[in-house]
Amino acid sequence: MITETQARQDYLECFIEFERLAAGRELPWLRHLRREAFARFCEVDFPTTHDEDWRFTPVSAIANTTFRLMQDEQPAVSPQQLMPWRMEGAGCQLVFLNGHFAPELSLLNQPMDGVKVASLANELDRNSNSVEKHLGRYLDQHRDSFSALNTAFMEDGAYVHIRRGVIVEEPICLLFVSTLDDASPIMSHPRNLILMDEDSQATFVEEYVSLGSGTAFCNAATELAAADNTVLSHYRIEREQAGTFNISTLRIQQARSANVASHSVLLGGALVRNNVHPVLAGEGGECLINGLFLGGDHQHIDNYMLVEHASPHCGSRQFYNGILDGHAHGVFHGRIIVHKDAQKTDAKQTNRNLLLSDDAQIDTKPQLEIHADDVKCTHGATIGQIDEEALFYLRSRGISEVSARNLLLRAFAGECIARMKDGPVRKHVESLVNQHVLHLAHALAAGSTNGSEDERAEDAAPRL
Amino acid sequence: MSPLLEIRDLHVSVDHHEILKGIDLKVNAGEVHSIMGPNGSGKSTLAQVLARRDTYEVTSGEVLFNGKDLLAMKPEEAAWEGVFMAFQYPVEIPGISNVYFLRSALNAMRKARGLDEMSAMDFLPMYREKLNLLEMDDKLMNRSVNEGFSGGEKKRNEILQMAVLEPSLAILDETDSGLDIDALRIVAKGVNAMRSAERAMVVVTHYQRLLTYIVPDYVHVLMDGRIVRSGGPELALELEETGYGSIEASTSAA
Repeated sequence: MITETQARQDYLECFIEFERLAAGRELPWLRHLRREAFARFCEVDFPTTHDEDWRFTPVSAIANTTFRLMQDEQPAVSPQQLMPWRMEGAGCQLVFLNGHFAPELSLLNQPMDGVKVASLANELDRNSNSVEKHLGRYLDQHRDSFSALNTAFMEDGAYVHIRRGVIVEEPICLLFVSTLDDASPIMSHPRNLILMDEDSQATFVEEYVSLGSGTAFCNAATELAAADNTVLSHYRIEREQAGTFNISTLRIQQARSANVASHSVLLGGALVRNNVHPVLAGEGGECLINGLFLGGDHQHIDNYMLVEHASPHCGSRQFYNGILDGHAHGVFHGRIIVHKDAQKTDAKQTNRNLLLSDDAQIDTKPQLEIHADDVKCTHGATIGQIDEEALFYLRSRGISEVSARNLLLRAFAGECIARMKDGPVRKHVESLVNQHVLHLAHALAAGSTNGSEDERAEDAAPRL
Repeated sequence: MSPLLEIRDLHVSVDHHEILKGIDLKVNAGEVHSIMGPNGSGKSTLAQVLARRDTYEVTSGEVLFNGKDLLAMKPEEAAWEGVFMAFQYPVEIPGISNVYFLRSALNAMRKARGLDEMSAMDFLPMYREKLNLLEMDDKLMNRSVNEGFSGGEKKRNEILQMAVLEPSLAILDETDSGLDIDALRIVAKGVNAMRSAERAMVVVTHYQRLLTYIVPDYVHVLMDGRIVRSGGPELALELEETGYGSIEASTSAA
């Protein structure tokens, strides 16, 4: 099935070695799934900017680098190194080092009845029925070469199963740590499978971070199957360092009356592609797709939303706010597909952007494909700068330039935070975003003619 | 006693077009001065320069405030020093609540003056009291700054901010424009409650109407970038009867 002429030599060698050692290598269904995906990847190769879905995002930096897969050995990481990434109020935190579950670094609380949180590799070794039934069923590896690549190399990540009617109050946190290495860059393909049975409720956090300096390639994919009447929030937080490439795909399958909120908060990484792809497959589903991306320097942050309405009476809301400084390049691609039978669809999309420098760039592109005739679909995008009038207004009331810029940026970012449910994750996100925004405000004020350095400590007053 | 505000031969341009052509004005603490003039005479430019808006170019002259060089100050520094301008067109700021904004402003001022920050517990009763003075609904405080406010609400919100920030020099830039008589009375009540021996006010207006509610000590007529006449409150009444045209005629004849 795979020939050397088709395959990229480096990935082929890697794949052969991977197959020999991978968890679940004895399982015929899994072997088949991986091989098919690898064949597909070889066939389509990495996308180019000629591909409409990748028009604004060249990935040659990924394609031209040889990455190695860390299978058996892992660099030593101490729990102390993870301290900055622990989240207050987390129910548990599973840590994955270069894609592999690291139990000694993870925080596992008392198991709860009806909730299973485990490593996918363990589940593959156990060959549980639900894994075979769901894994690879939702992700579109045929269309998307990164999904194909992830599926070819899938082995570990989180496996979560929440039983019928179970309400999980505390967030289930997954921390993905990439170790950076310039001499011999590492790639990882974390794969998460989250299954929620009827009437269950939970919150998930995927947080991506990196250690060291250099480069790494993290190509993550999550399949999330939400059964009838489930309620869930999913957060994806990107905080990797400036040398990393991160491609991440969230594929959500929503059954009848499932209520899903996807929140993306993208702060780090050199090249980030954030794919969110919900399919509203049952009647009465609701989906909120909320995102905030803050880019500076030469960061490239691409948000590719694909919302599929496949059933009647479903609602989707997309809200993405971007703040770009320096030479950062942001992309928002909002695609909504309304299938023929999805009557009474109510879909809305809004993308708002602030450009803080002359060299920052945003490409925003709505794309509606409507095959039903009784639907409501709206979309809108804005691109602007910090409002100078508002800035002067605040300053004329005694608020320093740094604080005024900080307040205005915070207000803009706050629109996205306001859509998150109150709780520990929102708090966590808010503090990350506030730090980031304050840093931006200082940089802006220092860059402007009136900038001053002596007001550093003056973060705005506490919340009322 | 040296004046609170002293403007000496102030020339100001926008895009190389001279708007103010030599303004001289002294304002002492405790006084209310009104600056009147037709559209385009430079009234708002003068107000904005005093509030330190940087879109105007001061080509010559000087402005002393409390004996300090006001023109060297940033907008926030002028505010810390005690300058407040009620905007002709208050800005809407989505995402920042009135109460958060105003407490941030007050605490920024207090900090700059070496005072402790005011806690929410101390701030809120004071804020409510001023809201009542201006007959504003309590609900407005948690709404975003000026967002969705009517014209009258916006102007009252300006006076509310002034009442909380307690400046030593308040510049009202056409605060009366576009107000109905009820809103005008409320605004005037708020302003009059602020009159004191330590505080000076410069009331910039196009219409004499406001001055029946806020009676000034001095009236100056600004035309084509110059103060062409100064006098007492009776000058405003004269203008009401004769209009700016007569002054224009008399000054060009002189």
